[in-house]
Amino acid sequence: MTTPNTQPGATPPGGSALAAAMPAVPPVESPLRRFLSDFSASWLALLATLMLAVIILIALFAPWISPQDPYDLAVVSIFDARLPPGSTSMDGTTFWLGTDGAGRDLLSAIFYGLRISLSVGVMSGIIAIIVGMSVGLAAAYAGGRTETLIMRVVDLQLSLPAVLIALILLAILGKGVDKIIIALVIAQWAYYARTVRASALVERRREYVEAAACLGLGHARIVFRHILPNCVAPLIVVGTVQTAHAIALEATLSFLGVGLPLTEPSLGLLISNGFEYMLSGKYWIAVFPGVALLLTIVSINIVGDQLRDVLNPRLQK
Amino acid sequence: MSQTSPVLQVEDLQTHFFTRAGVARAVDGVSFSLGRGEVMGLVGESGSGKTVTGFSLLGLVDPPGRIVGGSIRLGGEELIGRSERDWQALRGTRIAMIFQDPMMTLNPVLRIDTQMIEAIRAHAPVSEADARERARAALARVGIPSPDERLAAYPHQFSGGMRQRVAIAIALLNEPDVIVADEPTTALDVTIQAQILYEVRKLCAETGMAMIWITHDLAVVGGLADKVAVMYAGRIVEEGPVDAVLDGPLHPYTHGLVGSVPSQNQRGQKLTQIPGMAPSLLSLPPGCSFAPRCARADGACAVMPDLVGSGDGRAMRCHHPHLPPGEAAGGAIGETGRARA
Amino acid sequence: MSGEQPLLRLEGVSKRFTKHLDAAEKLVNLVGGRRREEVVHAVDDVSLDVREGEVVGLVGESGCGKSTLGRVVAGVHQPSDGKVIWRGKDVSGLTGAARRDALLKIQMIFQDPMSSLNPRMRVADIIGEAPRVHGLVPAADIPAYVDEMLQRVGLDPAYKTRYPHQFSGGQRQRIGIARALAVKPDFLVCDESIAALDVSIQAQVLNLFMDLRTDLGLTYLFISHDLGVVEHLSDRVVIMYLGRVVESAPTEALFGGPNHPYARALLDEVPRIDRRKRAFQPVKGEIPSPLSPPSGCHFHPRCPHATARCREEVPRLREIAPGWTSACHLNDERG
Repeated sequence: MTTPNTQPGATPPGGSALAAAMPAVPPVESPLRRFLSDFSASWLALLATLMLAVIILIALFAPWISPQDPYDLAVVSIFDARLPPGSTSMDGTTFWLGTDGAGRDLLSAIFYGLRISLSVGVMSGIIAIIVGMSVGLAAAYAGGRTETLIMRVVDLQLSLPAVLIALILLAILGKGVDKIIIALVIAQWAYYARTVRASALVERRREYVEAAACLGLGHARIVFRHILPNCVAPLIVVGTVQTAHAIALEATLSFLGVGLPLTEPSLGLLISNGFEYMLSGKYWIAVFPGVALLLTIVSINIVGDQLRDVLNPRLQK
Repeated sequence: MSQTSPVLQVEDLQTHFFTRAGVARAVDGVSFSLGRGEVMGLVGESGSGKTVTGFSLLGLVDPPGRIVGGSIRLGGEELIGRSERDWQALRGTRIAMIFQDPMMTLNPVLRIDTQMIEAIRAHAPVSEADARERARAALARVGIPSPDERLAAYPHQFSGGMRQRVAIAIALLNEPDVIVADEPTTALDVTIQAQILYEVRKLCAETGMAMIWITHDLAVVGGLADKVAVMYAGRIVEEGPVDAVLDGPLHPYTHGLVGSVPSQNQRGQKLTQIPGMAPSLLSLPPGCSFAPRCARADGACAVMPDLVGSGDGRAMRCHHPHLPPGEAAGGAIGETGRARA
Repeated sequence: MSGEQPLLRLEGVSKRFTKHLDAAEKLVNLVGGRRREEVVHAVDDVSLDVREGEVVGLVGESGCGKSTLGRVVAGVHQPSDGKVIWRGKDVSGLTGAARRDALLKIQMIFQDPMSSLNPRMRVADIIGEAPRVHGLVPAADIPAYVDEMLQRVGLDPAYKTRYPHQFSGGQRQRIGIARALAVKPDFLVCDESIAALDVSIQAQVLNLFMDLRTDLGLTYLFISHDLGVVEHLSDRVVIMYLGRVVESAPTEALFGGPNHPYARALLDEVPRIDRRKRAFQPVKGEIPSPLSPPSGCHFHPRCPHATARCREEVPRLREIAPGWTSACHLNDERG
């Protein structure tokens, strides 16, 4: 995204006395390079980014890298049920993380579960960002009664626990991937709306917005070309953390049995399925999906924290 | 000026910042001395090192900055190398600072009297009543009307100018030998600035306190200081009595600064301007840092000139200074012919 | 004065800002609280003519309304009362293209060289956006046009792909000037445009303003607290105090001997390099809050000559010499 810097030593071709009076701009780091070097200042953040990258790759390529297709009834055998980690199946394949109650390879089930959990979290995140951003921008730019009305709705929404909202919605809507995405969006758009409004209010008062008004630019152009790009940094930060929340929320709902249908088992559902075997000592069925969920959420949160530190101009020296 | 030993003597002070992009020599060999009751203006543009010099004098340089060399003697005592505890005991009692933003000194959630009494009793075993009386007197001394009432107020109940006066009163509380003031009137309005300059000048004359007034504004220095030191890129390039320096600047940089002030130019005509801009401290040109912007620069300027004194309290760091016509006519003042006094 | 039409005329312009009560404060009022809406008269009944090619300096301290007045002139704020008349036409009565053209002809140069440029846009877009959107220059010619603007303000066009943070304060200010020039204005409102710059850079930017004036025949409203700069640049100086004009005079006349006591105090107290350590008595007291300005003449609590009349009656601007007006009751007594 960055273009190579022009030579700092170049003399102005204009050649007027004034042009000659202006020396070259000192060489500066490009914004991207600066961002990268700031971001990688923490080894923990680098580790988390690496972990997150691996998790995302697994989710993307689950069908190709899983040892077995856990939902192909022709492959799964009930005789392999509840085998401990490291066992070998009747046909000779090794179940590195053991099998679940239906005889599925747990490693494969986790890979597929990650795919569903992540896609639900990211999809709902993207939609919630778009909804929240539009509402927040509208509130900040309109001001007055519109703003008050919108922000009271946001306050109301934020005062209720997200789980409660999602539970009520799913009770009404029923199960399904689309339904849970709708529930997650409704539970989360308010965070984005509040974030965007706060930064838009700050940006709107800056002199470059007054300059744009002075140059006769239209409202839509000022909002989308001038104000919005300057509100993106906090949105990215909130977006990362909220995606982690969405994944956890989806897992909670699936665990409670109101989330995804059995045909699309997310990590939450896997944990829920394994839960009944915990007391009989077959810990792996619930614990390994739990570890996968934990690693996902923790790595997203660490990346989000580091993004906040790097992108926050107040913390910058 | 009397020939008694100076209150503050700074020699070859060096404060460097060790950043990721390299070492910035923010203060690079600054020397000056200050007598009792003397007011020195420390003038420079942003990045000249004037503020870092001020902070160094109070041991307030934060990492990645560090004082790497030189000497600061306050009343004959060496301060460099002291422990943080010693610095804390010194700050506020023998040397104090006034900041551009008075809220650096004031705690927004405490009443003025609480803050002032605390400041007094932290350094001297005084009863609360005595401390209160001293606080009241300090407020009155900086020209705050009805100091008794104002003692019970919170900082936000004061205007910007009044807040700065309170900060000055706090700096005065323990009658320090030296006050370092970092652009304290820059954010204030003209009439308010005039009031504060007036009070400060009176205070220094009355109490014998020495003061370093850091500013970018030559006109303020002209109205306030006894002597002036001009900094450029971490070094003092010229110093001397205010009148002498402002009326006959020797260094081309000072000459350019004084010359670019509108009142020194014919109304409506273009201003004499210094071309270019200050260099980055991370990539200083070799030799004289001002050479790239200087009309007089030549091959000799590839070597950093020394700060050369000239007897009448003046000194400058230049191979080709703007000497007064008489002296220039004296001839043979080139880069080799000049005596190293 | 000749009968020629002024380029810009302000007629009784006022600008009020009202801080409305929020829900909590309304609730407090319901149970007997006495929260009131706060109204700031930032600009209070200001009339002003600016002739073509003139430089008018607008001087005052914080809270005097000089920046607000500048924004009303530049069309950033709408006046609460009064008219802004551009080339004989009331701007509020214009619509469509005529309104846009009038708006573009008056441009503003801001104080803060950092926040006045959009940090996420490249220099080429900052300068080229408005001429492209308004179709002032054919789209194909925009890059060349941006180069021309950059050269005009003394910057190397090779830098146009950079972002604002990669420039020094003085260079950013030049970019802001190029952005304004790109819409071919006749009138520049400079709001403390050099105050945030280093001393040695201030002279460079002032010289640029003076060059542009001769090259492009621009008219300026130059807002500043720096009397030295205003004296150097302006043909006429207007002094404001708490929203009102207190004195307006040709520069030489004003600096030769100001009439209004506030103008006198201001001129006296500005530190000047050629006036050192004079024994003087600074004007007493603080600048009152614009939320509750003093009655009558706003300056009376600080004025050494104030009388009972000054406390009650607002002094009107009166002509005391050709082209020289002052708002002080003392002028009546003198005759």
